[in-house]
Amino acid sequence: MSALSGPFLPLLVRREHASLTVKLVAPPVALALATLLNLGLYILMGRDPVAVFHAMLLEPFLSWSSFSEVLLKTGPLLLIAQGLAIGFRAKVFNIGAEGQFILGAIFASAIPIWFPQATGQWIWPSMLVIGALGGALWASLTAFWRVKLNANEILVSLMLALVAAQLLNYLLLGPWKDPNGFNFPQSVMFQYDAMVPILIPGTRVNVSLLVACAFSLAAWVFMQRSFAGYKLQVGGLAPRAAGYAGFNEGRAIWLSLLIGGIAAGLAGAAEVAGPLGQLQRSISTGYGYAAIIVAYLGGLHPVGIVFSALLMAALYIGGDNAMVSANLPVAAVRVFQGSLLLSYLVAIAFVRYRLEWRHAAHGSTP
Amino acid sequence: MNAVEFVLAGMLAAATPFLLAALGELVAERAGVLNLGVEGLMALGAVIAFIIVYQGGGHLLGFLAAGLASAALSLVFAVVALGFRANQVATGLATGILGQGLSALFGKSFESLTVKGLPKVSLPWLSDIPVIGGLFTQDIVVWLSLAATVAIWAMFAYTKTGLVIRAVGENPKAARALGYPVIAVRFAAVAFGGALAGFAGAYAAVVYTPLWADGMIAGRGWIAIALVVFGTWLTSRIFLGACLFGAVSLASLAAQTTGLDVSSQLLSSLPYLVTIVVLGIISSNRRLLKLNGVASLGEPFEQ
Repeated sequence: MSALSGPFLPLLVRREHASLTVKLVAPPVALALATLLNLGLYILMGRDPVAVFHAMLLEPFLSWSSFSEVLLKTGPLLLIAQGLAIGFRAKVFNIGAEGQFILGAIFASAIPIWFPQATGQWIWPSMLVIGALGGALWASLTAFWRVKLNANEILVSLMLALVAAQLLNYLLLGPWKDPNGFNFPQSVMFQYDAMVPILIPGTRVNVSLLVACAFSLAAWVFMQRSFAGYKLQVGGLAPRAAGYAGFNEGRAIWLSLLIGGIAAGLAGAAEVAGPLGQLQRSISTGYGYAAIIVAYLGGLHPVGIVFSALLMAALYIGGDNAMVSANLPVAAVRVFQGSLLLSYLVAIAFVRYRLEWRHAAHGSTP
Repeated sequence: MNAVEFVLAGMLAAATPFLLAALGELVAERAGVLNLGVEGLMALGAVIAFIIVYQGGGHLLGFLAAGLASAALSLVFAVVALGFRANQVATGLATGILGQGLSALFGKSFESLTVKGLPKVSLPWLSDIPVIGGLFTQDIVVWLSLAATVAIWAMFAYTKTGLVIRAVGENPKAARALGYPVIAVRFAAVAFGGALAGFAGAYAAVVYTPLWADGMIAGRGWIAIALVVFGTWLTSRIFLGACLFGAVSLASLAAQTTGLDVSSQLLSSLPYLVTIVVLGIISSNRRLLKLNGVASLGEPFEQ
């Protein structure tokens, strides 16, 4: 019996087998449900729902120029979400990817800020490598706290994300502030060789999208084909069985957090070495938190995450469109994100359960 | 007024948002539900209270509406996490993001506006004691929060309601076998926690720093969740922890006014750093966590 039961409410009854069909249709159904709910909210706010719907969900796909911006935003979301999903499947809840992203951006920026005169094609690749290292270092603090001190990784990683945001502020208001920047909290503009090369001419889409795709492929091989990935998943699904099988829990936690940190750090490095071209406050626009939603919406599966990252990127671009054309506050995107994840969590309940009306349920409930 | 007097006088007010939110989370967790949406629940309560007080509705109405709004949002969490048995971590995060989004949406046209706080009420004689006298001059919400702390402590220590909540959290199957409605108790505990988070947000926005700024909760909801762990699920220790955080956030203010040369970013991250350090110290004592921890925390219940 569940809270949904009552004289007039149906029961949730466990299915004999998990339903693959529901698993596949859950994301589109959740999207439809969240869209309906949010359009209702826009009507209450006195906005034209048709205009908002068009600007938010259609326009990003209607022109090449806006779709290329969607692809640009897909890169960081895809990278971070793939890294997080691996941890989530092992039941290691790293929700501080935002902090690892910021540290990746800071570490990567150190090269062009300290060596502004340097030239050569080695600069941007080493920025990506050092960024990944920065993200991994920040995540390793959480791993240490969890493994050695038994502290909850959700709280520690989140607190570290808040500290990272302050560290970024400190650098941009202090030592790394551009002396000729009219006191804006931003660094100097990076030199040409510190920029990731453009992938599609005429757009801002750069090579880091390929990095994200390669990382996705690696995540798929790791989770679906490797023994190490299998051990992680067993640890998440059946921790006791994993213990009896001799799978080391501490190693699983370190691995999950380091992979998540590397991915988020890479994404942060690619952001400053890509569309921004400098270290600035607005690097942290909540990608680290949005990627949590991307990971779940993609069913924590490397293939599903590719689609959910595209969708979430489109929502960002669509939100900007709707702000201009329908006077919708940017915060509406966050409301949409939250309700989308809630709708999805309701929809996937039907993978394992089905509804049964009470009079028919007699005798069939365990 | 020297630094010590300053911290003592302001500590309880600074502690109140932490205390109220942590007490609410304590009740939900004791019933076996991990609600990670506290930050968003506080943000929603804060903006609702601010709008009502700004429009002239008064503090009482502001607090009531904040409590109701946050309780309603926490019921959305409850329907998804308890009704549909979804992963509580994911549901809590989603609820938090939704709450923060709604708060930013509603508060957009109120950005940087201010309202009037509440007058202080002094306890006779006690407030005249030197040095610690400041402790006894507080606004009415602080006094009520202290009363709520005692009430919740007494509920868990002496009443059947407290016992039922703990039974539902410790061993839901046994509680169900004894005839207690596990899911209904959990719904009620979550709604109660949501209302307290709403009050906590309201206090932050219309009493403690009576102005509206998006993101003004600034991690206090998360620290409240950490406080429940610090307090090892005991009301008295959660109160002490909240006082510690009240003092920490004031000490950073005091350090700035005495001209101590520390960057303001370091001072702003002080509460987060203290959280990380204390969490490490308390959690490394595994026996202590096991002793008072809630056995079924975060696990869905199905009969």
